[in-house]
Amino acid sequence: MPKANVTFEKLGITVSVPAGTRLIEISEKVGASITYGCREGECGTCIMKITSGMEYMSERSVLENQVLQDNMAGRNDRLACQAQVLGGDISVKA
Amino acid sequence: MKTALEAVEITPGTHWIGALDPGLREFDIILKTANGTTYNSYCVRGSQGVAVIDTVKASHSDEFFARLEQVARYDEISTIVLNHLEPDHSGALPELMRRAPQAKLYISAKAQLMLKALVRDSELDFTIVQTGDTVTLGDRTLRFFSTPFLHWPDTQCTLLEEQQILFSGDVFGCHFCDARLFNDRVGDFRFSFEYYYQHIMRPFREHVLVALELLEPLTLKLIAPAHGPILREAPRSYVQRYRQLASPLLPNEIGAHDKSLLIFYISSYGNTARMAQAVSEGAETIAGVRVSLYDLQAGGDLPFVDLIEEADGIVIGSPTINGDAVKPVWDLLSSLAVIKVSDKLGGAFGSYGWSGEAINMIEDRLRGLKLRVPVKGVRARLIPAAEELERCHDLGRQLALHLTGSLANRVISMSELLANSHE
Repeated sequence: MPKANVTFEKLGITVSVPAGTRLIEISEKVGASITYGCREGECGTCIMKITSGMEYMSERSVLENQVLQDNMAGRNDRLACQAQVLGGDISVKA
Repeated sequence: MKTALEAVEITPGTHWIGALDPGLREFDIILKTANGTTYNSYCVRGSQGVAVIDTVKASHSDEFFARLEQVARYDEISTIVLNHLEPDHSGALPELMRRAPQAKLYISAKAQLMLKALVRDSELDFTIVQTGDTVTLGDRTLRFFSTPFLHWPDTQCTLLEEQQILFSGDVFGCHFCDARLFNDRVGDFRFSFEYYYQHIMRPFREHVLVALELLEPLTLKLIAPAHGPILREAPRSYVQRYRQLASPLLPNEIGAHDKSLLIFYISSYGNTARMAQAVSEGAETIAGVRVSLYDLQAGGDLPFVDLIEEADGIVIGSPTINGDAVKPVWDLLSSLAVIKVSDKLGGAFGSYGWSGEAINMIEDRLRGLKLRVPVKGVRARLIPAAEELERCHDLGRQLALHLTGSLANRVISMSELLANSHE
């Protein structure tokens, strides 16, 4: 199964995960300092900054795009509850 | 107390045109005041225009307009500056802009969305300003200083250069109502100044230090804040006081590179206390970490909040009683809104009789406050066994290793992660 390596920069931990894993599944277990709200892509609470490897993330859905826009998120922000890692090396600011 | 609606000259050509609210006892739900507050607004007359700096709460608009009309006609107003968009300063803005439609509105970039949400007028025109930008009134110049998060994202200060007056918004302000207005004439307001800082500015201490770098070099004859007395006597002392209040003190006590880990516990039968001791001993095995152990039963939360503000990590030990952590723990955790805790390290442990929910609940709260909780907490049924105390020892040790950065750059698999988190 293809793997992705997700590095949590503040924690200094890299987690090797199966492709297709959502960021929230990893961030919750690793103890990252992220707050979660609805977990369904609507509230924007779990916005997370991707510092590298955005090309290895799933495309933003229409819903995620809208929520990110509403929250004035930057180009490198994603919703942890929506974004899936598809492979390669990804770093997040958490 | 003077009640006449007089504009008050603070320096030649510059007037206070704000409003007094002496009956207010509770501000924004969270702040108490023993003698009300003022909503300070100012009018600056230049050779080629008149500026209004900030407005007042909507309920006090009549007072504001009455004072404004004594010192300027509406068609003379060329400039309106809002240093901060909170409703107590922007409340009279829509009506002011209706009466002075030719006036240009100057706000910070971060204020844009707040303005739209507060005024609800899509046609509203405004100009964004940042540090270094100026607006001329002919022989007088307003210079802007962006001071974000003092105490909202939008906050800025405005300097009247020629008179060296700093219109500081909520910075250096306080909730204290005294019609004598000036700091050398009003009653003793020192506690109000300190209280305001502690509740309004303190959560943004790092931003205060950044803003002071901008403001400290200025020569200031007078500070005109948006609440409370106008600071014309020794204005610099208030700037210096902010520097003192915002500067970290812990580095004086421990090594500059040492980390501080605080362990708080409360215990009914001594079981959680034993666990706390083990966590402490585990953490102490790691060099470069100063470990402190506190029993929450011994005191209120106030001094603990001060300690947490400067600590690098906190570990909370609580028994589970009726499916919950105990009240002193929640009292402490609900008191942290006045300080910045995000990105500190957190952890939890505790003894329980039946169920042991407290540990997960504390961890959730710590994560909710944006602390990192990298090590799963330890639960022990009733009297902790040697093996459970060993796990507490390891919890302390692991947290200390995280603090010192010794565990950085670890690589683990998802399955290891899942196994650890289900312990």
